[in-house]
Amino acid sequence: MTATESDTRQLTYVQAWSEAIAECMRDDPNVFVAGEDVGGYGGVFGSFKGLQAEFGEQRVVDTPISEQAIIGLGIGAAVSGLRPIVDIMFMDFTAVAMDQIVNQAAKLKYMFGGKAVIPLTITTFGGAGLGAAAQHSQSLEAWICHVPGLKVVQPSNPHDVKGLLISAIRDDNPTYVVGNKLMLGATGHVPDEMYEIPLGVANIVRPGDDVTIVATGRMVVEAVEAATKLAEDGIECEVIDPRTLQPLDTDTIVESAKRTNRVVVAHEAVRFGGIGAEMAAQIQEEAFDYLDAPVQRVGAPFSPVPFSPALEQHYVPSRKTIAQGVRDVLARNLPGA
Amino acid sequence: MSDPTPEVLWDLHHRMVRIRLFEENTGRLSEQAKLPGFLHLYVGEEAVAAGVCANLTDDDQITSTHRGHGHLVAKGGDFKRMFAELYGKATGYNKGKGGSMHICDLDLGMLGANGIVGAGSPIAVGAGFANKYLGNGQVSVPFFGDGATNIGAFHEAANMAAALKLPVVFICENNEYGEFTPRHKTMAVTDVASRAEGYGMPGVIIDGMDAVAVWEVASEAIARARRGDGPTFVEAKTYRYYDHHGVKGLGVTYREDSEVEEAKTRDPIGRIEERMIEAGVASAEDLEGVHAKVQAEIDEAIAFAEESPYPDPDQILQDVYTVRAAG
Repeated sequence: MTATESDTRQLTYVQAWSEAIAECMRDDPNVFVAGEDVGGYGGVFGSFKGLQAEFGEQRVVDTPISEQAIIGLGIGAAVSGLRPIVDIMFMDFTAVAMDQIVNQAAKLKYMFGGKAVIPLTITTFGGAGLGAAAQHSQSLEAWICHVPGLKVVQPSNPHDVKGLLISAIRDDNPTYVVGNKLMLGATGHVPDEMYEIPLGVANIVRPGDDVTIVATGRMVVEAVEAATKLAEDGIECEVIDPRTLQPLDTDTIVESAKRTNRVVVAHEAVRFGGIGAEMAAQIQEEAFDYLDAPVQRVGAPFSPVPFSPALEQHYVPSRKTIAQGVRDVLARNLPGA
Repeated sequence: MSDPTPEVLWDLHHRMVRIRLFEENTGRLSEQAKLPGFLHLYVGEEAVAAGVCANLTDDDQITSTHRGHGHLVAKGGDFKRMFAELYGKATGYNKGKGGSMHICDLDLGMLGANGIVGAGSPIAVGAGFANKYLGNGQVSVPFFGDGATNIGAFHEAANMAAALKLPVVFICENNEYGEFTPRHKTMAVTDVASRAEGYGMPGVIIDGMDAVAVWEVASEAIARARRGDGPTFVEAKTYRYYDHHGVKGLGVTYREDSEVEEAKTRDPIGRIEERMIEAGVASAEDLEGVHAKVQAEIDEAIAFAEESPYPDPDQILQDVYTVRAAG
């Protein structure tokens, strides 16, 4: 491949996903994959496509439908010297494995006085918009962010998928990587070589001076669309993608808030107790004197994800609701301001 | 299987006496309110940990339960670091961050006691996967109680170990009670080992109050796993002299004192001592000497723990994450 081709090469979100894993497996013989349908089928979303053909059944393991044992397999193998990637097919199924994730993976190192090293990567896909209803559409990342010992990564484009996944796999902590089902076919430039995007470093996707939008996962794409539309009316939004929710790059968010004085946080998860609530709290702790309006939260209403497209389209936050959030935050003014 | 050699008998006896005296002293300290937190003691069940761990190397991994002190002692755990941990001291195995329910020694392959019933088995299966993947000839052994076989995590782990043909030996310590509820109220099978057939692995029932019997069966099951022939389920029928936690054990509402007294007539340490004396392997004085020596070690370890410093408050935020070494 020539340098020019590598500079412009386009991959889909899901191609970047499987490429990152394949490169890590070529790089380190202790990396393996285990999960439901990850082998012969290549993963129900195609995120493990071609891996078993290249690396064999010992390194790309089809497991029983046993989420607790899948996570346990990863923990026990990690503490015994391997670098596992274990897959929870739909993010909703995380609920089935919560003990192993929350009480075991997250805590072994600490409970053992620091001795255990758990280089475990848990991959999963979340998000609504496919008419998959309440048990196959959720965005539960705030649960995981709440548990000390875990890291949470949520890539919003193919380039970040590859760089963040490589960092997650190489990280020596249990790291939960959430892809988005609606973004599988999204294309973007993905360099050919291995590269890391450091965990805990936000990306300023679009600069702007009027309002800061902090968006996660697929909402980054929606926020950029909203910003483009708002720019037509002379409203310049800065869009920040935290990329990692735990650890959270509060510095970048607060610095932006101090410049724009108005902030909207947007995620697919329900508003109540979402990661946006934590962001809003931190912004207000660190930048209260700079704010001209309360931090505005955009998220899903407090109900399970409904099935019918007629309902779901009103449920999932979008460029429209984010743009409305921006207009709302601009409409709020301090008395005398 | 040939009779155990005198060395094996001495080994089993030594491991059991170490566990018994560790637990009796821990119970005493607990009743003196010297130890914080919950303590689940292993008195009566010593033959299981001793008989299994006598077949393991330091590299073989075990996972344990909330009743985990005996497993660590049997794996070669250090009394000083154990008592220091129970006292919540900085010199403890877990730097005072784990306590009784999370005590571990990764260098001895002891992947932790566990406060969640049934949670150790999936982790042991993961260790077994790593052993097969690396081809290192090691086995992993999850210890768990009869009650743990009623929780989903155990079922998933057993099925996965069998499906992937992993070098894992499941050791069920059936002490007839899940906390304070008798086993017959919580499962409709008489023998827990009958569940093994459903996973496609051999199920073996042994007298868990007889260390030699445990040692023999564990030896076969572990050798089978090392050969690559897959997992085995071993049910050791044993008994807990003390309560689910703490000491009491007698005069309680959920079981008869006579049941406890009957179990004590089958005491694993008494039995092996009788056997050793009858076989001319040891004299009563020799055996008493072991008890005295172990008690002296324990006295020294308790003094060490009591004199050790508590962890500094700045330790709270240490060890939450592994920080990658520079470069």
